[in-house]
Amino acid sequence: MAVISIERMGLLSVFFVCLFFSSAFAVDRGNFKTCDQSAFCKRQRAFKPGQSPYRALLETLELSDSRLTLQLINDNNKVHLLLELYRLQGNMTRVKINELKPLKPRFEVPDVLIAEPPTEPLSVLSKDDNGVVLSLGAESQRLIVSARPFRLDIMEGPEVLLSLNSRGLLAFEHLRLRKDTQAQPEGAEVKESVDGDQQQDEGKKDEDEESNKEEDGLWEETFKSHTDTKPNGPTSISLDFSLPGVEHVYGIPEHADDLKLKTTDGGDPYRLYNLDVFQYELYNPMALYGSIPVMLAHNTQRTMGIFWLNAAETWVDISSNTAGKTVFGKMLDFVQGSSEKPQTDVRWISESGIIDVFIMLGPKPSDVFSQYASLTGTQSFPPLASLGYHQCRWNYNDQEDVKSVDQGFDQHDIPYDFIWLDIEHADGKRYFTWDPHKFSQPKEMLQGLMDKKRKMVAIVDPHIKVDSGYKIHNEITSKDFYVKNKDGGNYEGWCWPGNSGYPDFTNPEMRAWWASMFAYDQYEGSMENLFTWNDMNEPSVFNGPEVTMHKDALHGKWEHRDIHNMYGLYVQMATAEGQIQRSGGAERPFVLTRAFFAGSQRFGAVWTGDNAAEWDHLKISIPMCLSLGLVGVSFCGADVGGFFKNPSTELLVRWYQTGAYQPFFRAHAHLDTTRREPWLFGPENTALIREAVRQRYALLPYWYQLFFQAYRTGMPVMRPLWVDYPKDTATFTIDDEFLIGSDLLVHPVTEEGSRGVTAYLPGAGEVWYDVHTFQKHNGAQNLYIPVTLSSIPVFQRGGSIIPRKDRVRRSSACMENDPYTLYVALSPKKFAEGKLYIDDGHSFNYDTKKEFIHRSLTFANNALTSSNLCPDCNFLTSSWIEKVLILGASKPSKVVLKMNGKETPVDFEFDSSMSVLTLRKPGMNAGDDWTLLLQ
Amino acid sequence: MTCLHLLLTLVFAVSLGTPVEIQRPRGVPLTKKQFYEESKPFTCLDGSRTIPFDRVNDDYCDCKDGSDEPGTAACPNGSFHCTNAGYRPMFIPSSRINDGICDCCDTTDEYNSGAKCENTCKELGRKEREVLQKMAEITKEGFLLKQQLIEEAKKGREEKQGKVTDMQENKKQLEEKVEALRTVKEAAEQPEKEAKERHLKAWEGECSCKSIRLEKDKAKMAEAFLELDDNSDGFVSVSELQSHAELDPDADGTLTETEVQGLMGGAAQVDTSTFESVWTNIKDKYHSESQPEEPAPVETPPDEVKEPAVDNDSEPYPEDDISEEDDEDEDDEDDYHEDDDKVRVNIEKELSFDFGPDAEFTYMYSQCYELSTSEYIYRLCPFNRALWGREKNRPENNKYLVMKYEHGTGCWQGPNRSTTVKLTCGKETVVTSTSEPSRCEYLMEFTTPAVCQEPANTEPSPHGHEEL
Repeated sequence: MAVISIERMGLLSVFFVCLFFSSAFAVDRGNFKTCDQSAFCKRQRAFKPGQSPYRALLETLELSDSRLTLQLINDNNKVHLLLELYRLQGNMTRVKINELKPLKPRFEVPDVLIAEPPTEPLSVLSKDDNGVVLSLGAESQRLIVSARPFRLDIMEGPEVLLSLNSRGLLAFEHLRLRKDTQAQPEGAEVKESVDGDQQQDEGKKDEDEESNKEEDGLWEETFKSHTDTKPNGPTSISLDFSLPGVEHVYGIPEHADDLKLKTTDGGDPYRLYNLDVFQYELYNPMALYGSIPVMLAHNTQRTMGIFWLNAAETWVDISSNTAGKTVFGKMLDFVQGSSEKPQTDVRWISESGIIDVFIMLGPKPSDVFSQYASLTGTQSFPPLASLGYHQCRWNYNDQEDVKSVDQGFDQHDIPYDFIWLDIEHADGKRYFTWDPHKFSQPKEMLQGLMDKKRKMVAIVDPHIKVDSGYKIHNEITSKDFYVKNKDGGNYEGWCWPGNSGYPDFTNPEMRAWWASMFAYDQYEGSMENLFTWNDMNEPSVFNGPEVTMHKDALHGKWEHRDIHNMYGLYVQMATAEGQIQRSGGAERPFVLTRAFFAGSQRFGAVWTGDNAAEWDHLKISIPMCLSLGLVGVSFCGADVGGFFKNPSTELLVRWYQTGAYQPFFRAHAHLDTTRREPWLFGPENTALIREAVRQRYALLPYWYQLFFQAYRTGMPVMRPLWVDYPKDTATFTIDDEFLIGSDLLVHPVTEEGSRGVTAYLPGAGEVWYDVHTFQKHNGAQNLYIPVTLSSIPVFQRGGSIIPRKDRVRRSSACMENDPYTLYVALSPKKFAEGKLYIDDGHSFNYDTKKEFIHRSLTFANNALTSSNLCPDCNFLTSSWIEKVLILGASKPSKVVLKMNGKETPVDFEFDSSMSVLTLRKPGMNAGDDWTLLLQ
Repeated sequence: MTCLHLLLTLVFAVSLGTPVEIQRPRGVPLTKKQFYEESKPFTCLDGSRTIPFDRVNDDYCDCKDGSDEPGTAACPNGSFHCTNAGYRPMFIPSSRINDGICDCCDTTDEYNSGAKCENTCKELGRKEREVLQKMAEITKEGFLLKQQLIEEAKKGREEKQGKVTDMQENKKQLEEKVEALRTVKEAAEQPEKEAKERHLKAWEGECSCKSIRLEKDKAKMAEAFLELDDNSDGFVSVSELQSHAELDPDADGTLTETEVQGLMGGAAQVDTSTFESVWTNIKDKYHSESQPEEPAPVETPPDEVKEPAVDNDSEPYPEDDISEEDDEDEDDEDDYHEDDDKVRVNIEKELSFDFGPDAEFTYMYSQCYELSTSEYIYRLCPFNRALWGREKNRPENNKYLVMKYEHGTGCWQGPNRSTTVKLTCGKETVVTSTSEPSRCEYLMEFTTPAVCQEPANTEPSPHGHEEL
């Protein structure tokens, strides 16, 4: 949900209901700042590339085993900075820059890194007056520190991989005393604006300084009647990165924009500032609900990443020397052997904190994923059921309603695992409670769902109704856990319940208390099949600046300004911890969040917030989730059907078909929309939706195994094609199709009235099989696929084996003991491999007791073999192999199952038109060692 | 791997109480028993292929139509038959076999899942019989009441028709005047949108949507803007505001141009966005042009309901906008308000309604029925702008079981309000429940003897429905 009462909208809608729904349906941009309206961004951006005023003081260089420190000085104001360089294990370099002697400590982001990153030794290769050359361990990588002006270059052999401050945009606004309240500080202070700004005449600048002070917003800033008092004055930081040879950069979610990031020349930078944006617009760099300050750079040779660890408001500028060139122009350059190497330049600007950058040097995409995972952790391994289908609506009215929707799914034979309750379920939006009339018997309701092996999610938002009759509020008040306003009183803002307080989730004691509220004896009416949804955790404050919290609010000694982008992470962290604790650490949590930050992947799922029932919103769900996957968050989805407005039946069907192939699969709808449970659009459409959901359930074993892999390695589940085809430039900008793992390629139909789609099948010399018809297509081609309303173009990679459970039942738990069908898609060399992962689906026993089955399935030399990838694991399953389909096979004369030294014949059928060999009921247990021989 | 019994022995109790064993594969209904003969190869029921009989119910799907696995979950499109002795037999999708959830009351669907199911067929059968019995009683009594209703309606109709005939003379005389009246009335109904805005206010008391309540003042403001903007140019001008003497700030009886300009903050005209500040100045004194100064009583006695709208602008809430217009023009049109004429028009109107095949719904005309819940009072006035529902997939003879009220006032950011009323047989005429499945789409359940069908002669079987 988002804010409803935006001024004037109510009035207009009464007048022009129709008009409002057709055209005037968009974000009110005036509610959100542009770079020009954000004082620090404006100051920093006014500062153009040139020679940096910073100089490295080489005589201050100190090198302990793995840590190098060096002072930098700004020749304009003589302020000293401290540079720290670390070589980290796994081919990463960390660059930290802080003031040498700040007036008081500057904020450094805690709780995002899973541990202090392990380092590797650094050594000085050479040193002279101009700089220092350091060895970055193996691979002939060097780090060159240039002294005057200061810059850093990371080289591999003769190639520069990445440069810092090469455009001279390092700027560090040091903490200072306010002039009008303090005596003139002695000497050192020469300038007040951006410290690096060296390009204007000094004397003149000083005069301008005083007059421009208010305008510059150094000590105070006002936006739409909200005044940000800035007791610490200007504190922003900026640094530029140059990426020679790079034309494609990705990441820095969350933006409703294409996968490949655009240059920001002439427009606003990409903004990272967690905001509750009402009816967001597509294809622009405006901030949304979450922020992950990680950018990936990719070319055919290498993939790298930049992780800017800062939780304050951040803006990212991107420019490129090839951006303006046409394809023809690029060709001309190539033919003429010309000129400039393509290069992308990036500049990061943050409002406060320090510069703390992790440079992940790849070189392969998978290396960058594991590098980032080693810093911030991997995707939490979700309960299997949460990979099923989720039915949500604002709101299911009462217990009767929940029951009848639940029955509706059974009547129409559509599987689902979770039904969701939005804010109306609670008693007056007092979270952790139930409406006494509409949900008077929550346990009865939950038991009813449990009887069908289904689950529920109830919303728990972080704004707490200020009400002395509300236990949660009273406890937070008595423990003094609320965020404080600038004057030290409890910060209060307007949200769903009316006047609300905001618990200080940055406080570990507060988080521990919050977690304890999920205990069964605290959260009345809760049961083990009740899970949680954290919405509005940007945090959303209806009457706050930009619909969020005032930056001068206080979290202990830190300003909200410093921690803003990680508030939502902490909310989800505390909630997930509560769910773990309520089971004594036995059960996996499931928590959905709207706001997020780097590291949020460790705590659950994310969705793309309040989208709309429009075709463009369906399309954008793909790049939005792809971007999140690239930076660690695999468990991503968009509201199926679109949150605002009513979808046409065709759009709804297409959205189900798309959502069934995205990681988090939940339908959701606004309070004002008409009902849209899957069976309300006539039998034909019910059948189409049923089929899409059933395809999802059949593939749950594959999804589950991919999430296990993501949990272990950091590999994204839903991926852009270039991740698996990094040398194929044709894949670099594709974001209307995607891969699930390496083996399924999905090109959903996202155009109204579509009669066909053109899918790019990557991989020269590879083949792809249509999963519905088993027709084989060659790789490295654009394939036109005629479509009808029932089509979901999906292809399985030749060379892969995908286990499915084709007996789809009404929930994932009902399918637990069902047998598997193996889909073996042969490569042109008659080879295929895949994995099978099985555990209990819900507990931590896979981790604590190694209770799981992990098997490698390999087809080679006409034999399909299952071998154990985890011999010291123990888990028993009653699932067995009921069928094996081998696509691209030739007809054998005989098929034999070899198991425990015995050979038994297996019945088979061969379809020569599609070259599909079906092995009938081989029957071995899914956890056993076996071989199927084709003779 | 699961090992399944191919055949299941089923034991039935026939009326004489003699146990008889009938063998057939698990999940097969008796009616299809002949297709499953153990001694012969099995041919899929769609004829697509023939398989050895030992592949029936062997937990592997061989037939495209799922017919070889009636008793296992192997086929995605299969179905399982449970006999449910004591209750009623049913088919379930085969995906519900052994899924750990008890679906058949005789527990036969969970033969290998470990689920602890109890046979509840007897209990269910008993309850169903009780319900059926009760319903039969209600139907019986309800049908008697319906006969009375039909009788009364018939009498009433005859009386009224006679009255109309008596009035034919008068009618002729008044024809010209009626024609004039109709013109006036249609003109009054012209600005349909305006009328809807007026209804909005009445709705606010009942609507459960929070945003409407939040926006209550804005809605009033919007309403006022529309009314004030006499020339509908999107602006409220000084002269338009000046027509509202009640806004006079110094209460000297005249509202001068200067005073108006003061109210408007110096502007010559204001648009929708700037009107907000003006509204703050005037809202305490402002009198709506359409609302009477004293709020109309919420309870409109049925006999005062006049002139159900001729268009189908259905409104579950009675609202006498037409009569109010009439009041304003009383001086000019006094001649047309002769009692006879009004009565006649009303009767004609009444006679034109579809009160059901035997006019059994006539008694509801001009009646309203209420249901109080903890939050709201719902009020249903059938035939006051109602339509018989013509739902899709509903046979024509059932059209009298649903009433639809559509195109009500618009909700804030939502659809126009609509209500569906489902009618069921009952001794009394009452609204039994209401709900709002989607915002501003209401569902009411309504019982009435008028839909009671003639009870079938057969008494409900004391043994329920059993096979054999």
